[in-house]
Amino acid sequence: MSNITNEGLVLACSAIGAGLAMIAGIGPGIGQGYAAGKGAEAVGRQPEAQGDIVRTMLLGAAVAETTGIYGLAIAIVLLFANPLIGLLG
Amino acid sequence: MKGFGPILVFEFKIPFTDIVVPITNTVTVTWLIMAALAVVFILTTRNYERIPKKVQNVMEMLVDTITNLTKQTMGPKNIKFAPYIGTVLIYLAVANVIGVIGIRPPTADLNTTMALSIITFCMINYNAVKTKGLFGRIKGFTEPMFLLTPINLLGEIATPISLGFRLFGNLAGGLIIMDLIFGGLKSLSTAIFGANALPIFQLAIPLPLNFYFDIFSGLLQSLIFAMLTMINVSNAMD
Repeated sequence: MSNITNEGLVLACSAIGAGLAMIAGIGPGIGQGYAAGKGAEAVGRQPEAQGDIVRTMLLGAAVAETTGIYGLAIAIVLLFANPLIGLLG
Repeated sequence: MKGFGPILVFEFKIPFTDIVVPITNTVTVTWLIMAALAVVFILTTRNYERIPKKVQNVMEMLVDTITNLTKQTMGPKNIKFAPYIGTVLIYLAVANVIGVIGIRPPTADLNTTMALSIITFCMINYNAVKTKGLFGRIKGFTEPMFLLTPINLLGEIATPISLGFRLFGNLAGGLIIMDLIFGGLKSLSTAIFGANALPIFQLAIPLPLNFYFDIFSGLLQSLIFAMLTMINVSNAMD
């Protein structure tokens, strides 16, 4: 166990952290599914307003996606531009 | 870190100083798109005719669509924003879809998207102060009650950040997934046909993913950026 370098430990933990950060994808999944379901419901009730409904739904889905994108940004930083390696000195 | 960030094309040294500005391919591709769009629009909008022909018809339809979108979203009195919205929409649409011909999209760089969202932030504040006055704008932060002022200020700062990161995250995420797919297909073909084989599996298999990540998602994100800009500006104005 003694042959793990400091850098290796930081890299391994960063990879785990990147994976954990992507758990944030659950939230947007639920939100977008809910938006799509409500959109389908609205089109079923009022088929003539389909264009407006689809546009509003896509906008709502994009807003719901934001939290997942934040998680993705954290994961990208941990994988490609790791700030923790610099702290080792 | 290697292989993901934008590639450095050349370094520009500002004359008479020691400042060296790195020019990445984000900047060069943006110049390319700007030049291409300028040439296309100058060439297609000359020689107006009373009864439009093919190209003029398409251009008039484009302008009409953008004007109607602005009118629907921001109201008829804010029609003056249509040129800016149209510029952003067309630039982002071309920039997001350019990945389909193998060029790295400039919007997969946080610098581009944050620059655009800072323009939106300045537009929001300028127009809000212009319509409501400086005092009215500051008073707007204390509503509905004074205790919520920090949260309102935080929300105001979060708007451009979420705009920029949404565009960047979507494009960069799609880029990474496409990179992984192409790399995986390449190693699959070398595993089956030997080390020097052509990456034959890259031929048609990634096509649906390419269609989704490069075309559908790119066009959708450009529309969403323009829509959110319009909604934020018109919300701040009334």
